[in-house]
Amino acid sequence: MTLKTATGSAAALPKTKAGKGLWAWLNKRMPIQEFIAEQLTGYYAPKNFNIWYFFGSLALVVLVLQLVTGIFLTMFYKPGEATAFDSVQFIMREVDWGWLIRYLHSTGASFFFIVVYLHMFRALLYGSYRAPRELLWLIGMAVYLALMAEAFMGYVLPWGNMSFWGAQVIINLFGTIPGIGPELVLWIRGDYGIADATLNRFFSLHVAAMPLVLLLLVMLHLVALRRTGSNNPDGIEIKAKLGADGKPLDGIPFHPYYTVKDFVGIGVMLVVLALVVFFEPTFGGLFLESPNFEPANPVSTPADITPVWYFTPYYAMLRAVPDQRLGALLLLLAVLSFLFLPWLDRSPVKSMRYRGWISRTALAIFVVAFVGLGYLGLQPALPVYVMSARVLAVLYFAFFYLMPIYTRLDPVKPVPERVVYHAH
Amino acid sequence: MADHAGVAGGDEVDLDRRKFLTRATIATGAVGAVFAAVPFIESWNPSERARALGAPVSFDLSKLDPGQMAIPVWRRQPIYVVRRTPDMVARISGHDGDLKDPESNDSEQPPYAKNNQRSRSAEYLVLIGICTHLGCLPKQHFAAGDLYPSWPGGFHCPCHGSRFDLAGRVFDGSPASVNLRVPPYSYPKELLLLIGADERGVAT
Repeated sequence: MTLKTATGSAAALPKTKAGKGLWAWLNKRMPIQEFIAEQLTGYYAPKNFNIWYFFGSLALVVLVLQLVTGIFLTMFYKPGEATAFDSVQFIMREVDWGWLIRYLHSTGASFFFIVVYLHMFRALLYGSYRAPRELLWLIGMAVYLALMAEAFMGYVLPWGNMSFWGAQVIINLFGTIPGIGPELVLWIRGDYGIADATLNRFFSLHVAAMPLVLLLLVMLHLVALRRTGSNNPDGIEIKAKLGADGKPLDGIPFHPYYTVKDFVGIGVMLVVLALVVFFEPTFGGLFLESPNFEPANPVSTPADITPVWYFTPYYAMLRAVPDQRLGALLLLLAVLSFLFLPWLDRSPVKSMRYRGWISRTALAIFVVAFVGLGYLGLQPALPVYVMSARVLAVLYFAFFYLMPIYTRLDPVKPVPERVVYHAH
Repeated sequence: MADHAGVAGGDEVDLDRRKFLTRATIATGAVGAVFAAVPFIESWNPSERARALGAPVSFDLSKLDPGQMAIPVWRRQPIYVVRRTPDMVARISGHDGDLKDPESNDSEQPPYAKNNQRSRSAEYLVLIGICTHLGCLPKQHFAAGDLYPSWPGGFHCPCHGSRFDLAGRVFDGSPASVNLRVPPYSYPKELLLLIGADERGVAT
């Protein structure tokens, strides 16, 4: 048996720019130049991207922001029932610039979800989850789920009273699993209540395990994107129309064209982020809730337990069901429904630009339902709010599970051969 | 490779054998991985210290006036100890039709609390003060009509609106589906409540 290797001889070394110097030395040993050529300057993205295509890059920027600020917070934060709350106050009051680092991290968490929700809406708008990008969509949803776990555990760490009771409610969701529920909850907490053990394991997961998972999933998301290429506002596959050079006629190199464009988006986002961090870091109780400014108290539930805004659409659905097991199931189904989108959508066209009024109305209703549920999840559990949540939950699920029907009835418009693009 | 060239049939690959060995290796590895995972998974169990701190706690009932509630803590759970007045006891009955589980058939309690009053004696009610929905602390609304005109008195959970009567039984229309849990408890002496242990032994 003989083995064939790609790099068996010097002749097989990749072609690099002739020359000496560090750059040539490096490239003989590591395919840096090739990587740049393949992934940036030679990666062709559709030329008709609009404002909705900022949010993928922005999510990467926020990820880096969270990693850097998180690493610094970890230097001062002390997990543990007796120390956690005080160490966060220590960061806020006594560490030089500690308040800034913490507010960047807490605001960054909310920005992560804003950016990710807009990124997901873009996919709904232009059919980016459709074949051949189903796997890209599924990996993206895995990123979203990992992000929710990461955010939840991060919210427990300051050990405020909302941290404690939020953890209580979420962990008890696992108690609704038939049979193993109560033992599972005991195992997750590591004690008979939310305790030191719970806080410490969440700390470990939040600062080590979940960031690694997130980084891996984000990498896989980008790898999958490299195979299919980006969708675009017209929902046309640019790879179907290649020029004489084998490059897509409607594509432009990601670098420099979109890196430059993304820098504008990053600039705008950082300005908004700075406005929040410096002027309204709690964002009226949405980004940091007021009960969390008192230490965790196992014998005092805050008047109204609400999760942070990015979980409230699901929380409203959980509360809308008068049975804890069914409520938890509905919550799970609400999150997982996104996974089925590539197979629920039967429209002959991808983009909303060429879909008819039915699909457009359905998407509009979904957005109203999602935002409405988000609002209701922040309200106290009064009957009028619970009833409204039930109505909106029905609309939410109708968007997904009636999709195979209404997308087929939808009067679609003809899709052009090439992307619509007006040079500026 | 060259060393093996002389072996008879050395160039022939026995694919069946190779497939079997590959699968056997994977299977053995998988079993090993499962066993190796056990210590890591079990490290999440409550520690010996947490278990020791979960020992039974006693509570002096002489401190409690009629109509009052005290909240001692057992196993990090608030325990609601209510000294019910005869009027409160009377308000337990009469609304069985509005309850999800009036007989406590689907609820969690020691056998001696599986009755209408859900307690050993009518006077003292002992409950785990954690909403069976998702774990908030129900607040006391003992006065009749406190929440709405027909309210017979009981507990209301501020988080998701579950309502329980003065025996901790859940009302219809609450997101919680079962009654508030009753911990094992006993009275080793008069007016001394021991939470976490009864004649059947210490709670597991």
